[in-house]
Amino acid sequence: MLEIGVNHYLVLSGILFSIGFVGVLRRKNLLMLFFATEVMLNAVNIAFAAIGHGYNDLSGQMFAFFVIAVAASEVAVGLGLLILLYKKYGSLDLDVISSMKG
Amino acid sequence: MYEFIAFYVFAISTTILFLITVMSKNVLYAMTSLAAGMVMISGFFFLLGADFLGVVQLIVYVGAVMALYAFAMMFFDATKDIKEKHQNPALVFLLGGLMALIMVVMFSAPIIGDNIDALYPVGGAKDLVLAAYGSDIIAGNTHDVGHILFTKYLVPFEVAALMLLVAMIAGIILAGKKMDYSLTECEASDEELDAEVLKKGDA
Repeated sequence: MLEIGVNHYLVLSGILFSIGFVGVLRRKNLLMLFFATEVMLNAVNIAFAAIGHGYNDLSGQMFAFFVIAVAASEVAVGLGLLILLYKKYGSLDLDVISSMKG
Repeated sequence: MYEFIAFYVFAISTTILFLITVMSKNVLYAMTSLAAGMVMISGFFFLLGADFLGVVQLIVYVGAVMALYAFAMMFFDATKDIKEKHQNPALVFLLGGLMALIMVVMFSAPIIGDNIDALYPVGGAKDLVLAAYGSDIIAGNTHDVGHILFTKYLVPFEVAALMLLVAMIAGIILAGKKMDYSLTECEASDEELDAEVLKKGDA
């Protein structure tokens, strides 16, 4: 029990990913949805680093780097879109923004 | 023992902080707890021997991305609480709990690939450092990462650089227009603002 193995990290990563998933399902504000996706991306990064550590392989860390790069560009473009949406609707609530019925 | 204590401290604090991020009504609280949780996550990377990844997590995520969020928050009203209409909260928590259960079962199942060999083993840059400096005393995770990143992963690295450039230009184009107008105080519609900008351009 005192030995921390790969499985500990993977279980933690699964729990954090589920927290992010609940956030994505539950949130109605777009900015909060972004925060929830960041939580999910970080959970996956932990899993990558832990599996790479378990196999004594560097590929896991490399993929985590590229995940961070993708997350950074996603935030740059996404925040630009959020600002445009806020200019247009005056709110970031999905119920206000949604234009499709049903 | 040391790793045990560190792992559980980081695990409990990240879980609590991310729960605050997901549940909080206030944007500022959510953002602050997200940033703190990311600091804690870099602790996991240091524990796993991925020093460079931990530093990148601190600099890029906690430094750049959260600063970007904080900067963007100037455009939105961050002080008032967010009102959200939840149609079916029980279903959401049921789905989330099911997903947590499935992932825990999946991840805690015995790993099948016991006979997988490491493609790029840790410590691969040791020979290079030995040849260059005469001793491998400074060969660490950063050397390994640099060695792999600039040989095997050079093309994805360049593509990531290009992608970041495209994202930067997209961000400037999307957010940079009409930057000299207050978003919260100006009542004018988009067309009026456009007319105003055109008039300014003529003058």
